[in-house]
Amino acid sequence: MSRQSNRTTDSKKMNSELFTLTYGALVTQLCKDYENDEEVNKQLDKMGYNIGVRMIEDFLARSSIGRCQDFRETADVIAKVAFKMYLGITPSVTNWSPAGDEFSLILENNPLVDFVELPDNHNTLIYSNLLCGVLRGALEMVQMAVDVKFVQDTLRGDNVTEIRMKFIKRIEENLPAGDE
Amino acid sequence: MADEAPFQLLHSELVQYIYKSGENAETENGRNITKLENMGFRVGQGLIERLTKDTARFKDELDVMKFICKDFWTCVFKKQIDNLRTNHQGIYVLQDNRFRLLSHLSAGKQYLEQAPKYLAFTCGLVRGALSNLGVRSIVTSEVSIMPACKFQVMIQKM
Repeated sequence: MSRQSNRTTDSKKMNSELFTLTYGALVTQLCKDYENDEEVNKQLDKMGYNIGVRMIEDFLARSSIGRCQDFRETADVIAKVAFKMYLGITPSVTNWSPAGDEFSLILENNPLVDFVELPDNHNTLIYSNLLCGVLRGALEMVQMAVDVKFVQDTLRGDNVTEIRMKFIKRIEENLPAGDE
Repeated sequence: MADEAPFQLLHSELVQYIYKSGENAETENGRNITKLENMGFRVGQGLIERLTKDTARFKDELDVMKFICKDFWTCVFKKQIDNLRTNHQGIYVLQDNRFRLLSHLSAGKQYLEQAPKYLAFTCGLVRGALSNLGVRSIVTSEVSIMPACKFQVMIQKM
């Protein structure tokens, strides 16, 4: 795994500010296009989902990580490998539910919000909601239905940014007869 | 430092979104291009601000264009512009033989009619960057064979 990621780090790294600013431009456009924040949140989630279902392919190809055995392992891969690879940060995994089907990702510094300040009239906007869609879409492609949402956000005055992930169910594989 | 894949995916999702929200394909096309271009413009302005923080003052227009071709392009697309030409009367042609945002689409003439959508944002990026360096311009693009493309910068005299 390390050999592969070493090869890709140099050529694939790019100025993260470009990503941050482009994302900002997108949110700005959505706020212009839709009247209320709820709609913007929904749209961001949808777009994130579309990105997630494609990003998982890139991720699996480059990280050479196999199927996860349980949700704890999934959490580790997301935090330590995926977030590191794509956003250059490693969120901490905490607040496990007793059943082990729910956990939180704590983001120390969210690169999506680097130059952002929310104006007062957008207090229900979940600025980084794209991330939820990405996580949901990506996990769906590996047969996991997961509920993802922001429960805390530094942009809205909380101390940390927290993404809550809840495992819903395993999606049954519908393999065509004779396959595997 | 972020990875390149998120930007590429975000960009294509951006194009998808803008085109889906438009209703009538024929009449909306121009407006969609403008929207994407304007988004790029704002991003270009922001980027150049960060990028030129510690650079020396530019001598002239050509110096500015060289900066765009080398440093700016390297920062955004991880390579330099392959060819810069000018008529010394305010028109510059920047040629990129392997443009990042097209290279995963096709290598040839397939999907050629789709190419302008994927260039509008970058046109804005260049125009925004130039505008914050005090150069007003119009930036257009053309593609004959993907993934090579040309950006034409027309400087507007104040």
